[in-house]
Amino acid sequence: MNNFEWADAKSIDEAQSLMTDASAYKAGGVDLLDLMKEHIAAPKRIVNIRNLQGFDQIKEDGGVLHLGPLLTLAQIADDKTIRSKWSAIADAAANAATPQIRNMATLGGNLLQRPRCWYFRNELFPCRKKGGEICYAQQGENQYHAIFNNQLCAIVHPSALACALVAHGAKLELSGAKNQKREVLLEEFLTLPSVDLHRENSIQSGELITDIRVPTPRADAKSIYIKQGEKESFDWPIAEIAMVLTMDGETCKSASIVLGAAAPVPHRATEAEQAITGKKVDEQSAGAAAKAALATATPLALNGYKLALFENLLTRTLLQAKGNA
Amino acid sequence: MSTSSSNRGISRRGFLKGAGVTAAGAAIGESAVVAFAEESAPKGPKIVGPKPLSVSLKVNGAEKSAAIEPRTTLAEALRVNLDMTGTKIVCDRGACSACTVWIDGTPVNSCMTLAIDAQGKDIRTIEGLAMGDTLHPVQEQFIEHDAMQCGFCTPGMIMSCAALLEHNKNPSLDDVKTATSGNLCRCGTYPKVFDATLAAAKMMKA
Repeated sequence: MNNFEWADAKSIDEAQSLMTDASAYKAGGVDLLDLMKEHIAAPKRIVNIRNLQGFDQIKEDGGVLHLGPLLTLAQIADDKTIRSKWSAIADAAANAATPQIRNMATLGGNLLQRPRCWYFRNELFPCRKKGGEICYAQQGENQYHAIFNNQLCAIVHPSALACALVAHGAKLELSGAKNQKREVLLEEFLTLPSVDLHRENSIQSGELITDIRVPTPRADAKSIYIKQGEKESFDWPIAEIAMVLTMDGETCKSASIVLGAAAPVPHRATEAEQAITGKKVDEQSAGAAAKAALATATPLALNGYKLALFENLLTRTLLQAKGNA
Repeated sequence: MSTSSSNRGISRRGFLKGAGVTAAGAAIGESAVVAFAEESAPKGPKIVGPKPLSVSLKVNGAEKSAAIEPRTTLAEALRVNLDMTGTKIVCDRGACSACTVWIDGTPVNSCMTLAIDAQGKDIRTIEGLAMGDTLHPVQEQFIEHDAMQCGFCTPGMIMSCAALLEHNKNPSLDDVKTATSGNLCRCGTYPKVFDATLAAAKMMKA
């Protein structure tokens, strides 16, 4: 790990005044330290934002759940308010990483973490995301890589919380210099390699996430998150699904379905949403919706197994949502 | 164990803070002067490093200090600078939890925590779990149940299990499995770790 200057910011203004092009903000620090230890990042200065006051709150107000960017994953997993109506978000946090990391990692940092692709994380591979010419995953060990939008760069987006938040239609408040604020849909904030090969989102230099805003779902909505790993204890997902569904009896009124560990961004399964909306949810319609979701997939040599996995997981999740209705 | 505790008593910063409070009672002007003196010229936040600096850490209730670079992790500071080698470094990436310590009562990876960032926090390591010669019930039951083989994961494993019992007096087997889900043991001692922790919970209730 390179050596660096350290500054502990007491306010957003102070944090931004300390920021330079060669600096990095640090909240929980889990991903940043990992990148530095692997020589993927080498900031000359770390601006610590972990001690900023007031950015670890959970508040429902006027039909919007406000989540502070400095909330830890453990705090999100344990919160009764979040679990009551946004259980996909609580479950995504509860099933991410290890208990120790959930105690350290923050929501803001989780959304901005870099991908886990082993070619990206290994300094010996000058991959396309790091400014090189080649996506090594295309011809390499690609069993954990994307099955959608994988031609340029085959990373999967690493954040489970992003999947749940996109399914819930979350927005981010971003604060730039001179207290300039903008609000952006998380789904639009996270970008594909075709938009920016070298980054996974559209955050601007010096900007900080200052609020995460999640609409309150209808009282009858089902909020579900399911993760499939290779083992039960700490593991990354090989497939995950976040879903917000509203039902009228046995008929699906609306569906928001997001596949994780599937694409370089949380993958909105619009084909499945259209296929199931207005239909009675049963094994046949759920199976057809799941098939529709995977119809446009372009698997690589070693990750074709994900198609069957996603199809089964999505069918099961739709039927589970119906069971709870 | 050597403890170079230099930061006991009144530090310059603490003195100025205290003086500031006193002055504020008398006159706002004076307190403003003190506040300025505390921040010191040039104005703005303090930037330290990359050279080594004196960092104070409260470890197992004792104030300790060490001259370290900002990049020093808490795990390195404990083992190298403070000579407390009970905390183990294995993966050094937050993936195995061998380095687990408590910060303010919460288990975290000391390998992914910068020592400079742990200042002002209450750090508890495996060395601080026993009360003198009396082992913590989790330690006692690990011995009783033979819940270790090579022992390298054991300090982290024990810190995870003891943290669970701090927050949950009546854990189920699933609770223990969740609490240790980040702790990798390549000898495969998990079943005995689970038994030991459940036995320790019973012992602590008795």
